[in-house]
Order: sequence, then structure tokens, then C-alpha cells
Amino acid sequence: MSGKHIIEISYLDKYFGDFHVLKNINLSVAAGEKIVICGPSGSGKSTLIRCINHLERHDGGDIIVDGVPLDDKVKNIDHIRSEVGMVFQQFNLFPHMTVLENCTLAPVWVKGIPRSEADALALQYLERVRIPDQADKYPGQLSGGQQQRVAIARSLCMQPRIMLFDEPTSALDPEMIKEVLEVMVDLAEQGMTMLCVTHEMGFARRVADRVIFMDEGEIIEENTPTAFFDNPQNERTKLFLSQIIGD
Amino acid sequence: MVAAFIGLVWWLVDNTVANLASQNVATGFGFLGNNTGFDINQKLIAYDETSSYQRLLLVGLLNTAIVSVLGILFATLIGFMVGLASLSDNWLVSKLAFIYVEIFRNLPLLIQILFWYVLLIEILPHPKKSFGLWEVFFLNNRGLYLPWFTTLPGGGYLLSVIGLFGAGCFYVARKARNMRELNGQTKAYVRNYILIGVICLGGYLSLWGVPFEANLPALKGFNFRGGLSFTPEFVALLVALSLYTSSFIAEIVRAGVLSVSKGQFEAAKALGLPSSVTMNKVIIPQALRVIIPPLTSQYLNLTKNSSLAAAIAYPELVSVFAGTALNQTGQAVEIIFITMSIYLFLSLLTSFLMNTYNARVALVEK
Amino acid sequence: MQQVIKWSRENLFASRMNALLSLASLWLIYVTIEGVLSWAFLNASFLGEDKSSCITRPHGACWPFVTAKFNQFIYGNYPAVEQWRVNIVFALGTLGLSLLVAGRINFKKQLAVLMLTAYPVLTFILLSGGLLGLSYVETNQWGGLLVTLVIAVTGIVVSLPLGILLALGRRSELPIIRIMSIAFIEFWRGVPLITVLFMASVMLPLFLPKGMNFDALLRCLIGVSLFASAYMAEVIRGGLQAIAKGQYEAGKSMGLSYWKSMRLIILPQALVISIPGIVNTFIGLFKDTTLVMIVGIFDLLGIISFHFTDPNWTSPQVPITGFVFAGLVFWVFCFAMSHYSKSVERRFSVKGESK
Ligand SMILES: Nc1ncnc2c1ncn2[C@@H]1O[C@H](COP(=O)(O)OP(=O)(O)O)[C@@H](O)[C@H]1O
Ligand SMILES: [Mg+2]
Repeated sequence: MSGKHIIEISYLDKYFGDFHVLKNINLSVAAGEKIVICGPSGSGKSTLIRCINHLERHDGGDIIVDGVPLDDKVKNIDHIRSEVGMVFQQFNLFPHMTVLENCTLAPVWVKGIPRSEADALALQYLERVRIPDQADKYPGQLSGGQQQRVAIARSLCMQPRIMLFDEPTSALDPEMIKEVLEVMVDLAEQGMTMLCVTHEMGFARRVADRVIFMDEGEIIEENTPTAFFDNPQNERTKLFLSQIIGD
Repeated sequence: MVAAFIGLVWWLVDNTVANLASQNVATGFGFLGNNTGFDINQKLIAYDETSSYQRLLLVGLLNTAIVSVLGILFATLIGFMVGLASLSDNWLVSKLAFIYVEIFRNLPLLIQILFWYVLLIEILPHPKKSFGLWEVFFLNNRGLYLPWFTTLPGGGYLLSVIGLFGAGCFYVARKARNMRELNGQTKAYVRNYILIGVICLGGYLSLWGVPFEANLPALKGFNFRGGLSFTPEFVALLVALSLYTSSFIAEIVRAGVLSVSKGQFEAAKALGLPSSVTMNKVIIPQALRVIIPPLTSQYLNLTKNSSLAAAIAYPELVSVFAGTALNQTGQAVEIIFITMSIYLFLSLLTSFLMNTYNARVALVEK
Repeated sequence: MQQVIKWSRENLFASRMNALLSLASLWLIYVTIEGVLSWAFLNASFLGEDKSSCITRPHGACWPFVTAKFNQFIYGNYPAVEQWRVNIVFALGTLGLSLLVAGRINFKKQLAVLMLTAYPVLTFILLSGGLLGLSYVETNQWGGLLVTLVIAVTGIVVSLPLGILLALGRRSELPIIRIMSIAFIEFWRGVPLITVLFMASVMLPLFLPKGMNFDALLRCLIGVSLFASAYMAEVIRGGLQAIAKGQYEAGKSMGLSYWKSMRLIILPQALVISIPGIVNTFIGLFKDTTLVMIVGIFDLLGIISFHFTDPNWTSPQVPITGFVFAGLVFWVFCFAMSHYSKSVERRFSVKGESK
């Protein structure tokens, strides 16, 4: 069982002070699987995926990523972070470094890859996210969509086995959403394991193997995209879907 | 309105000239060449009663410079430490840092200077009963005495050998960087630095031998002689300036680091960067842009604040020149003019440099 | 108890390094508190008419010095029978300020204006007298905390309007006004206050015709006020810059004159955002008042130092106790003010976020 699952989350509990954010979450992800997580704001989606690379510390239950249990051991955390890439809603590019420097920082300083190789690698991934010609610009000089694609390239440069996306298109203007989603679809087609918090239903239908609906810190419903969108089971899911379609 | 203003200025100048004439005070800058007729107790260059006021000005200026430079050094070290400590995860450490800042920032600097000064001269023992450490460090109510050295012949080459050592280190550092860029070797080359040091030191010793003679402080008569000595005035001023300014610097550093968004820390973590690299490559370069301008104005403040030494007669610019020399010559207008001009020049220079810096930083970002 | 253990494990002993730091901090706290307590209480002397009790306790504070001289520390040599006048001034000031800061009243603006205009005038009349049947008290009899507060309050009362004018001048479209404002501001900000005070005490008398006398305290007040105005101007300029351009344009498009649009639209907003900066400038000014002692004015610090020379009180602990007392008084004032300015700042940032 555990052999084929790259992420195994069991009985996960997380509190912020007295507030119970994640309640007894169980989730297994197979290698190469694409999962879309949706749910109302504040339901704990971000917290869940941030637990997977230990940006948040969990209080109960286990998270095993690629066979390595996530505990407070610094070595395990470092190992998992170099296997798991993350893309944020606000891009979080380093504003004082060029696009190329953003992309090569971690390969050089974490993996000890020679600069020239790191540059080549970065250019290769920048090409994949379709902005090879912006390598020497600073993030502030790029549009939001371009910045988010750089952020994706920056993560890919660490050649992760798993990518986490936390609402990667929510901070973008509508005309830029498409260019970012296209890059993500490409990535999915190349077999990356992806966990993606997003409300882009088109994207979910196209690439997701499973859609998970969260509310108040619990997984309420999970299903294939078609079944999920066309035939939701739970009342809360129905309410949520009617609201985002209503938009 | 302009006419009224000019009229006012005219009236003031007229009064001044009349007053000066009636007091028999000379005017002009001729006095700068005259003998001062008094000695002072801390001088970095040769000076005695027969030196001119010009020389006195220079001595005062150098005393301002030395206390300011050392004060800036200590204030920066302490300020960064306390500022970063106030951001620590450790509850006690961060609370202590806050308390430190609140105590020293809210106490008038002059009180702090006077406090340290009376503490030194009233509480410390006489030279005969000095606090000693290993018979080479001494502290008493006449000052602080440290072991020092005198250079012997051959000492002159030392500078060039130090230069050689610096160049060697530079070379090794460059080499290390190139290595990392070529084949990803990220190991530190501490070994190589030590090797260069040993070679330089060994070479020097075999050629010229030990170029120094220890110059230890020793009790002679009523006081200590020899070694490196600091007057209580200097120590009190330095301690007070450093502590006071460090509390402001701590706040600046804290605000600077906080100005870097949480997302930057998270992105660095998510990439798996170790915390030292996160700090050095991601956080500090961004925080420094916010920190440097107010930090510079703190440096300027410290330099201006060193003039409070007039209260304890540490012989810096204001106290010897705008104080003693003014009383001796009575040439208030000229002396105040010179003193103020020096500080003004320094301030304008600093703000010019800051504007240039800000313009450059802004350019890189966008 | 378990909570305490859990809390300290997470906040104090999360790692080995952290544990070490916590222990070092605990040690530091222990040493400091122990030192302060034994100096201020255990080894201190509390009663006595002169230094004798203090000399027998050489390792602790000499509090009798403070109690014996307390009246002078507050009033200087202000005649004892007239001290009620000072008390009225103190009481009115405290009342006004506490209403301004903490009171839930709907005439705050008017009160602020009163405190900046009528209060200083009343204070002047009460303190110096010579009017309304009050006997005249020369300023060289004023001293102690009274003088410290007089300087600080004068500084703020003068520097606020002057600072506003300078800030507007620095943004003026008339080059001559702009250049003169910049020169004024940069000059005063560029030189140390002590040189300003030296200048005030030796040069101001030279500027006036012979025979015209310049009160020593007045000279300091002028120096301090001009100095503070330059700093105030920069704070207010920051506030003016923070006002959106649209506000200026709206004022113009409504046909308001420059002064009207400043008074009715821009300044009310700019001054409110500048409150934290103004309070911080005031804290700096308040701390800087101590410098007047160097030019021979007996403010709180000056009068305390002056009494060290009293032969009845020559003991090594007397100056230390005196400076600690002065430090405590200043610290309480400054801490309270900085606390206030921080709370205002927090209130603004909350408002700003909800916008
Ligand atoms: N650092 C934090 N401290 C306290 N509460 C937090 C913190 N981060 C998130 N929360 C709370 O946890 C809940 C879940 O947050 P989040 O995972 O960001 O929700 P989502 O991403 O689904 O909108 C929210 O109610 C949020 O207010
Ligand atoms: Mg979220």
C-alpha cells in the first residue's frame, strides 16, 4: 500500500491556539496523481498543503512524504522540502534578484550544482514556462502572470517530485490566468504529482484525477471531477458549487 | 516683506559689530594661528600649550572622530544583536531585547553620560587599589588601562605583510566562489585561510623577528603609566553613546526585517534553503534597503551627540573649541561659525550620500 | 502546571541552542534584579538629615538626598509662598492632557487649541507674575522640573505652528520661500543642539543693542524652539506628503484658496497622521531639555547636579542616586509618551487596513 503512495496523511490534526483548523484529515496521493482541493475561504486548504512541506507544524497524526515521515527532525524537513515544490498565491519571488538568480539560488545553495549547470537548467525551465527572454529582468518589471510562471520555474529548478499550488491564479487579472493554467496543464501532462488549491473548474475537469472538497477543517467529499461537479453528494458541496458558478 | 527681513538682518549685524567693538574683542580668523596656552588630556597628535588654535581644532576634531567611530562600531554591533534578538522565537530573549530598548531609548543621553561618569569616578577605586586582571588590564577612577605594544624597527613592513595576507584571502575567496560556480563545491575553505595566515606570519617572523615590544601599564607614583589608556570621560561617553544609539538601531533593524514580507521567508523555506542562506541571500539584502537610510542618520546623530561630552569635559570639538577656546579668545561669532560649519558639512555630506544611495537602490529594483 | 511546561517547552526550550539562550537570559535577569534591589533597597539608606547615614551605607542608594531636596527638584528656588501658582499650572496641564489623551469628549479639537494658546499665556502670567496682583518672580528663581516642563512646553507650542509654516514653505511653489525654508530646516537639523545653546547664550546678547538685557532662560527657549521647529517641519512634511494628490486637487476644484484648502482640508488630515511623529519629536525635545544645564540653567538635571556640591551631602552615592532619580523621572515621562504614540500608530494601521 505505502509503496505506491507518494504522500500519506493520516489522522492529521492542527490547531492555531484553541482554533481547530484541520480535523482528522486522511489523504493518500499516488505518484503522478493530480488532486484539486477546493472549499470556502478559511476552510483550511492552505493550511493542509502547507503542512505537507512543513511550513506549518502539525499537532497530531502523521504525514509521510516519499517514505520519509515529517517530524521535527531538521534533516527530514530539509529532505522533504527539496522534493516538494510550492507555488504561492502572491508569487513570493525575491524582488532583489533577477529572474535567473531567483531560479538558480536554491539549486546552487541547496544542491551544490555548479553555476553554469544551474543557469542552463534555469533557462530550460524558463523556456518551459514560456518566458526564456526575461531571464535578466527583475520581478518588479514583469506582469503578474509572468511572475507566477517564474515562480513555477523556480520551483521546478529543484526538480521536485511533487508540486503544491496554493491558489496560483487568485491574485491575477483574468487575461493572465490562462497563461498560468496552460503551464500547469503542461506540467500535469508530463506526469508531475500535483496538489492544487484552486477554484478553476475548467482546469480541474481537464487535469484532476480527484477533486477534494473541504469545509471547516474537514474533507467533506472527494470524487472524480465529473462526478464531483455534475453530481455533488453533500449539501455543503452543492451550496459551495452553486456559489462559485453564480459568480 | 523682503525689505523688512533685510532691515532686520542689518540691524542685528550693526548691533553685533558695535557690541564687539565695545568689548574689545578682535574679529576675523587671525586667532587660529595664536598659541592656546593650555594643554588637554587626550590627544591623538602632538599638542601642548604652545600649539595654535588651529592645532587645537584638529585635536578636538580627532577626539570627536575617535569616539564617534568606536561608538558607531559598538552601537551597530549591539543594535543588530538586540534587534535580531527581539525577533527571536525565544520568548525570554525577545522580551529582554524589548526591555533593553525601552530602558535606553527613553533615558536622556546626558543623564546616561553623567551616570556612567560618576559611576566610574566615584565607585571605582584609586589607582593604588585598581581592579586588575592578569596584571595587565587595570581599571580605576583615573581610567581604563590595556596592554599595548610599541613597534620596533621592522614594524614598518608589517603593514605590507598584512596587505599581502589580505590579498591572499581575497584570492582564496574568489577561487572558492569560482569553484562553486564551476562544480558546485560549497565547502568552506577555512583551511586555506589558516594556511595563508601561517605562511605570512612565519615568513615575517623569520625575516624580521618579533617587531613589537609589549608595553604594559604599570603603577608609577600615583597613577598608571604605559599601555593603552582611556580616560574615564572617554569611557563614559563611549558607553553612553553606544548603549543609547544601539537602542535606536535595534528598533531600525527590527523594523527592517519585519518589512520583508512573510512570503519571502516562506518561499525560501519551501525551496529548502538553509536558514543561513535564507538570511544572507534573501532577507538581509532586502532588509538593508530599509535599514540603511535611518541607520545612517543614527550614525550622524551619534556624531552630533558626542558633543554632549562638554558636560564631562571630554576634549572633543565642542568642548575644547566652542567651550575652552571660546572662553579664552572671546571670539564667539567666528568659533561658533567654524564649529557649526563642520557639523553642517558632515550632515549635508551624509544626506547627499543617502540620496545617492536611495536613487541607486530604487533603480535596481524597477 | 502542564500548560506551563508545554508553553515553556515551545517558547523557551525548543532546541538546545534555545535552552542555552534561555538559561543565559534567566541568569542575566537574576543578576540585574539582584543588583538593582540590593542597591535601591537592601543596602540603601532611607532616613537622615544629611550625608551621615549615607556614608555608613556605601553600597546603596542615598534616598535622604532626594527627600531632603525634593522641593527644590520640583520648583527650584521658586518662593515657597508662591508655589501654589506652579501647582495650578501643573494641575491644569495634567487635567488638559489627560482629557486630550484618555477622555471621551467631543470638544477635543477645541481643547487642543486651548492647550496650545490660552494655556501657555495663562502659565506665563501665573509663573512670572507682576500682573493681577501677583508678585513678580524672576526666571532665575525658577528651577527643577518646573523649568524642564516650561522649556519642553514652550518648545512644542512654538515649534508646532512654526513647523507647519516651514513644512508648507518647503513645498511652496515660490523658489525663494522654498529655498529659505530648506536652508532654515537643514541648518537647524545639521548642527548639534549644544552648539545652538552655546550660540544662544553667547551670540544672542551680541545681536541686541547695548543695555537691552536678554533673560538667560529666554535665550534657551529661543534656541530650543527654533531647533525643534526644524524637526517638527520634517515630521509635518511627511504627513503632507502622505495626503493623496486627489485631496489637493479636490480642494482646488472647489475653488478654495491655498490657505483655506490647507486649513480646511489638508492640514487637519496631515496633522492627524503626523501625531505619532509629533509625539516622537516631542519625546526627543523633552530629553534634549537636559542640555540646558550645560549653559547654566537649573532644570531638573541641572538643579540635581548643583546640589551635589552641597557640603552637607558630599558622598559618593549622592550623585549616583541623584542621576538615577532624574533618570526615573524622565524615563516615566518618555515611556508614557512613546507608549501613547505607539497606540495611536496601531489605531491608524488598523483603520488603514479596514479601508
Ligand atoms: N497563522 C495563523 N494563525 C492563526 N490562525 C490562522 C493562521 N493561518 C490561518 N489561520 C486560520 O485558519 C483557518 C484556515 O486558514 P487557511 O488554511 O488559510 O484557509 P483557506 O486557505 O482554506 O482559505 C482560517 O480561519 C484562518 O483564519
Ligand atoms: Mg488559502
